[in-house]
Amino acid sequence: MNITEFTPYAGAMGGALIGIAAVILMASAGRIMGATGIFRGLLTTNFDEAFRWRLVFIVGVLIGTAWTGLFTGAAHGVGFVSNNYIIALGGMLVGAGTTLGNGCTSGHGICGISRFSKRSVVATCVFMVFAIITVFIVRHVLGIL
Amino acid sequence: MQKIFVLLSGLFFGAGLTISGMVNPAKILNFLDLTGQFDATLIFVMGAGLIVTAIGYQLIFKCGKPFFDGKFHLPTSEIIDAKLIGGAAMFGLGWGLSGFCPGPAIASLVFGYQQSFIFVAAMILGTLLVRFIPTTTKLD
Repeated sequence: MNITEFTPYAGAMGGALIGIAAVILMASAGRIMGATGIFRGLLTTNFDEAFRWRLVFIVGVLIGTAWTGLFTGAAHGVGFVSNNYIIALGGMLVGAGTTLGNGCTSGHGICGISRFSKRSVVATCVFMVFAIITVFIVRHVLGIL
Repeated sequence: MQKIFVLLSGLFFGAGLTISGMVNPAKILNFLDLTGQFDATLIFVMGAGLIVTAIGYQLIFKCGKPFFDGKFHLPTSEIIDAKLIGGAAMFGLGWGLSGFCPGPAIASLVFGYQQSFIFVAAMILGTLLVRFIPTTTKLD
């Protein structure tokens, strides 16, 4: 089990940057900054405008992460708790679940709640509760990870 | 012009995910582990993100339309159905198992860890499988 340091200031600063990113995207392109929808829009063979802005956004995310990672050494702090099979299972569930539920932590959790969407409030409560229950069962009932 | 701001938004999102530590699955799992190694950082990330976004959105929506597009592209559905709840539950399960949600998983690819690539590949597979269900919401 990995112990991680409680970092409220870095957390709040990073959260504010995520908020600024959401505001910039809405102000310029009128779009919700949801990682699920943006990523899903890239899984197409139709390279139209809807594809292009999403590609530009993802390129920005990758550059922003790499650049910030250089200064903060974030890459060295990354720790994986689950093994590769569980990560693959988790990835499939996240891909299917966010597509069905039409959003994830960014789209529902930040952008949706910020515009007082009822669907987003419900979705966020549901995925938070299920994630907490999952970790509880995995760590404290099954005693793994 | 629009693309420059979309790129800027992506840069800020990536920087925010990295600085806040959200790209670290161990940190997410500890946040979710209320009765164990609890790390409350995510509350501060969500809190700050929500305050900035909620205030910013109010100001922007007052303008009537975005600066470089004809209209706001906002979801109109208000239906709370089994698909929304089931999907969110499935996502919560996957998030709790892996410590990854879509944004940080994609961002973490640049660090070159094998686990990030496995997760994103599996996420693509999961997304494509669900596409065969005819009721999947279309992107606009």
